[in-house]
Amino acid sequence: MSGHDHDHEHSELSETELRVRALETVLTEKGYVDPAALDLLIETYEKKVGPRNGARVVARAWTDPEYRKRLLADATPAIAELNYAGRQGEHIIALENTPKTHNMVVCTLCSCYPWPVLGLPPVWYKSAPYRSRAVSDPRGVLRDFGVELSPDTDIRIWDSTAEIRYFVLPMRPAGTDGWSEERLADLVTRDSMIGSGLPKHPNELG
Amino acid sequence: MDGAQDMGGVEGFGPVQPEPNEPVFHAAWERRAFALTLAMSRPGGWNIDMSRFARENRPHADYLSKSYYQLWLAGLERLMIERDLVSEDEIASGRVLTVAKAGLKTLSRDDVMAMLHRGGPTERDPTAPARFAIGDQVRMKTINPPTHTRLPRYVRGRVGTIELLHGCHVFPDTNSLGQGEKPQWLYTVSFAGTELWGADADPTMKVSVDAWESYLESPSERA
Repeated sequence: MSGHDHDHEHSELSETELRVRALETVLTEKGYVDPAALDLLIETYEKKVGPRNGARVVARAWTDPEYRKRLLADATPAIAELNYAGRQGEHIIALENTPKTHNMVVCTLCSCYPWPVLGLPPVWYKSAPYRSRAVSDPRGVLRDFGVELSPDTDIRIWDSTAEIRYFVLPMRPAGTDGWSEERLADLVTRDSMIGSGLPKHPNELG
Repeated sequence: MDGAQDMGGVEGFGPVQPEPNEPVFHAAWERRAFALTLAMSRPGGWNIDMSRFARENRPHADYLSKSYYQLWLAGLERLMIERDLVSEDEIASGRVLTVAKAGLKTLSRDDVMAMLHRGGPTERDPTAPARFAIGDQVRMKTINPPTHTRLPRYVRGRVGTIELLHGCHVFPDTNSLGQGEKPQWLYTVSFAGTELWGADADPTMKVSVDAWESYLESPSERA
């Protein structure tokens, strides 16, 4: 699938823009869609549902051992305790990273992604390079993200081919003893919950 | 179908290019295409497996040349045209040329949050015991249906281990064709990298897929 930054695509994109506008006009006039509902759908995924949700889940698991147990045993209800649930997260499994095992999530067939905790997937997650190589050359893919995994660490790839949605519980960074849940959540990046990255180092926080 | 969407292990797509501080949408039309797709499934009445098949069932060059939301848009147009909800001329002109179908439910603004919260759970009550157990060795069947399947090419014929059992779930291969949910046991099956990619593969890697029971056979069933 093509990128977004090629000059020759601009005319094609404006053609698409016109087509979408025409489509929305027709569907609205026919009474099939309510533009106010469209606005709310967009606002929800642009402003409310995003990786900040997942970061709160991770920070809670890092600070509350009982919560961590519930999350790893059955993630869907544990996540619902924080009021995150629903579409594209009906059946969630949390994957625990350890010094021995690093987990990474992909959808080789389309773009399956745990929306309630991570929001909508980034372009690279849906792109051919990631979908093709994550399952055959995961360490090479991690290098594309600037991550070099220890050769002693096993790497475990989860291809989301059904309606089970996976997200990664990364390891809590050293040097964060006594940190509040809120401060810890600032260390949790989207990529660390996909497994294509690691949490921020405490020194990286301003 | 063995289309361009089945990308696992395909060579030649180059490096992954993460975008720092990436916005949720990259153009105004992407927002509308996304929302139209979510909203239209209510009056349209199709399921997620039909949506996926409508996006992927196209020539490789077409699939690969479209951006993600262009694929969503193309899939949505196809689903609507197939059901006579809208015509190609209407999309091209932006004018209503045919009478709207009566009696269809519209997603109202008040329904949005409930619809998102409900989602579309796919687990169903089992009607028979699971054939395989955690720890069992299984071979992925070799199938090449021209229709929708969630059995990727790169694991077909490979032997793996049952790692998780997820209950019974709606079967996409039939659900995508409107032939019913036909729920089946769903498993996570994991494979050594060397089983998938040969002796030179990274010895520290394992890959899993989620697989419905009819995708699996005992390794002894077939050479």
